[in-house]
Amino acid sequence: MKILVCVSKAPDTTSKIAFTNNNSSFDETGVNFIVNPYDEWYALVRALELKEAQGGNVTVLSVGGLDYEQIIRKALAIGADDAVRIDAPESDALSVSTHIANYAKDKGFDLILCGKETINYNGSVVPGMVAELLDLPLVALAAKLDVAEGVATCEREVTGGMEVLEVNLPAVISAAKGMAEQRIPNMRGIMAARTKALEVVSVENTTATTSVSNYELPPAKSACKFVDPANAAELITLLHQEAKVI
Amino acid sequence: MRTDQYQGHDYYLMDELLTDEHKLIRDAAREWVKKEVSPIIEEAAENCKFPQHLIPGLASIGAFGPYIPEEYGGAGLDQIAYGLIMQELERCDSGLRSTASVQSSLVMYPIWKYGSEEQRMKFLPKLASGEWIGCFGLTEPDHGSNPGGMTTNFKDMGDHYLLNGAKMWISNAPFAQVAVVWAKNEEGRIHGIIVERGMEGFTTPTMHGKWSLRASDTGELIFDNVKVPKENLLPGRSGLGGPLSCLDSARYGIAWGAIGAALDCYDVALRYSQERMQFNKPIGAFQLQQKKLAEMITEITKAQLLTLRLGQLRNEGRATSSMISMAKRNNVDMAKTVASNARQMLGGMGITGEYPIMRHMMNLESVITYEGTHDIHLLITGMDVTGFDAFK
Ligand SMILES: Cc1cc2nc3c(=O)[nH]c(=O)nc-3n(C[C@H](O)[C@H](O)[C@H](O)COP(=O)(O)OP(=O)(O)OC[C@H]3O[C@@H](n4cnc5c(N)ncnc54)[C@H](O)[C@@H]3O)c2cc1C
Repeated sequence: MKILVCVSKAPDTTSKIAFTNNNSSFDETGVNFIVNPYDEWYALVRALELKEAQGGNVTVLSVGGLDYEQIIRKALAIGADDAVRIDAPESDALSVSTHIANYAKDKGFDLILCGKETINYNGSVVPGMVAELLDLPLVALAAKLDVAEGVATCEREVTGGMEVLEVNLPAVISAAKGMAEQRIPNMRGIMAARTKALEVVSVENTTATTSVSNYELPPAKSACKFVDPANAAELITLLHQEAKVI
Repeated sequence: MRTDQYQGHDYYLMDELLTDEHKLIRDAAREWVKKEVSPIIEEAAENCKFPQHLIPGLASIGAFGPYIPEEYGGAGLDQIAYGLIMQELERCDSGLRSTASVQSSLVMYPIWKYGSEEQRMKFLPKLASGEWIGCFGLTEPDHGSNPGGMTTNFKDMGDHYLLNGAKMWISNAPFAQVAVVWAKNEEGRIHGIIVERGMEGFTTPTMHGKWSLRASDTGELIFDNVKVPKENLLPGRSGLGGPLSCLDSARYGIAWGAIGAALDCYDVALRYSQERMQFNKPIGAFQLQQKKLAEMITEITKAQLLTLRLGQLRNEGRATSSMISMAKRNNVDMAKTVASNARQMLGGMGITGEYPIMRHMMNLESVITYEGTHDIHLLITGMDVTGFDAFK
């Protein structure tokens, strides 16, 4: 089975978030980037499990600049066989999806796996766009994935239970929590990653269809007000007039 | 213990001086420690028992001889990668780091540097994979800071050596399969000998009652007419320089490790200072607490720069023993001060095992004593700069 796993980078959850250029771009100074956890922990690891059980090849793909190679090396250290970096800026979801689809269209992948979203932008649209551009079926937010005889069986959470879906391969599947368990790269994997192939594909720039005009931080959390337990009336007044929740 | 929320601190953006592979190795070690060690380390320290089930995991992150060439089972990495792994292990516990630095620098290093090709092939791959654990016997009951005075000795019996004597304070001894033992021949010259568990007359009683480094096993090595095959003598080096070169490698790893312990104490104290409210303010808003935190991160940053530079010099083969002494002495003392101030910042909570600081504080008492005491390293620097030997 030939599997393509799309991996993106995301700032470490402990990063300090700041903006530059009149709040129109994210300030990357001092920010530590990690592999987007949904891509790494679930999509990539499940792809590796399927390959280990059934044979095949796992390719990881990123759209982005040179700074992406650190992320890609980690994916290779975890166990992907080879990697592709599409050398283009991550302008918006449609341009990223177009690059992925253009690369994947004649490569004969049985399965294209993505994380359900990145933890910084939470857009969740790349898997759907890739499926549409390649005219492939999509299962979004799969929390479980098995493959047998060209059919993928996915489970996903629905309100109050699970939904089981079957889809013929090739297909695009986006991974939610539960599909696999995080694998920490070991030293053998890190050493093997040194010599694994990383193909850099140069492309014509696709123009983005959307652009960011500005970012805003969420309002700072205001301090807690403590009300004496004996003073229920004050609490009610505050909830009513200040918090406006009752 | 509560969930390990540790995050690294890099005030001078030193990560930019590391390679992508260095960061990958460090982060993998950190993730492994958080997942496998942090949840159990407090209990291991309380029970005074090294958690042996961690050995395969330690091997998998490359903690055993990462700089040993690949043909002997190592990872062929540089000194900075080794340092970063030691930092991440000691960030959790000095005892955990001790097990790995003894295996790497005090057992694998001498076999690699001074062993025969047969010895390398026989021991190194099994030590790298953690199938065998080793220990290093230099200190004796009557010879600590002055190992050259050792009395453990061996006689040439024609087809074997006969080893007699005793070593004490030996990390990993109670469960090690292999011991690299330093002993004098009939002419009084020091040699390294590999003693294997099961050899008749060789026992390794556990030492009890430690209040420090409790998650590492410490024991004695007793040699009562042990017949050691001649092929177990390390042929490549004799004299005190042999064990001292191993100590250089281990002390270098300790310099990194101590930064790890300091970073953990600082990280816990910083978070606590933002959460703990007194007089209607987080305690971090009081100048006295800020002074502690500001001084901690200043000293940590200085130690990080010193140690990374030392790593670069070691990679180039230009780090002297005296340079290593300076870093070991400075960093361990720095970590002790950081731990003590961090503990005070946590008030009563700093006394309990719910936070790691008290354990780090106790551990660092061993770290400042073994591999050359704080005083001995000062004498090394003193001798280096003045030319006068003040040891005797
Ligand atoms: C937990 C633990 C694990 C250890 N693991 C190992 C191991 O794996 N292998 C091993 O071989 N050893 C090991 N050691 C032993 C350690 O290296 C020794 O304890 C250390 O070298 C000090 O020796 P000592 O305890 O005999 O102290 P001493 O040498 O008796 O020193 C006592 C005091 O006198 C001072 N002093 C000594 N000489 C001088 C001098 N010339 N001038 C001024 N002051 C001086 C010292 O600085 C110290 O403060 C371990 C120790 C501990 C605590």
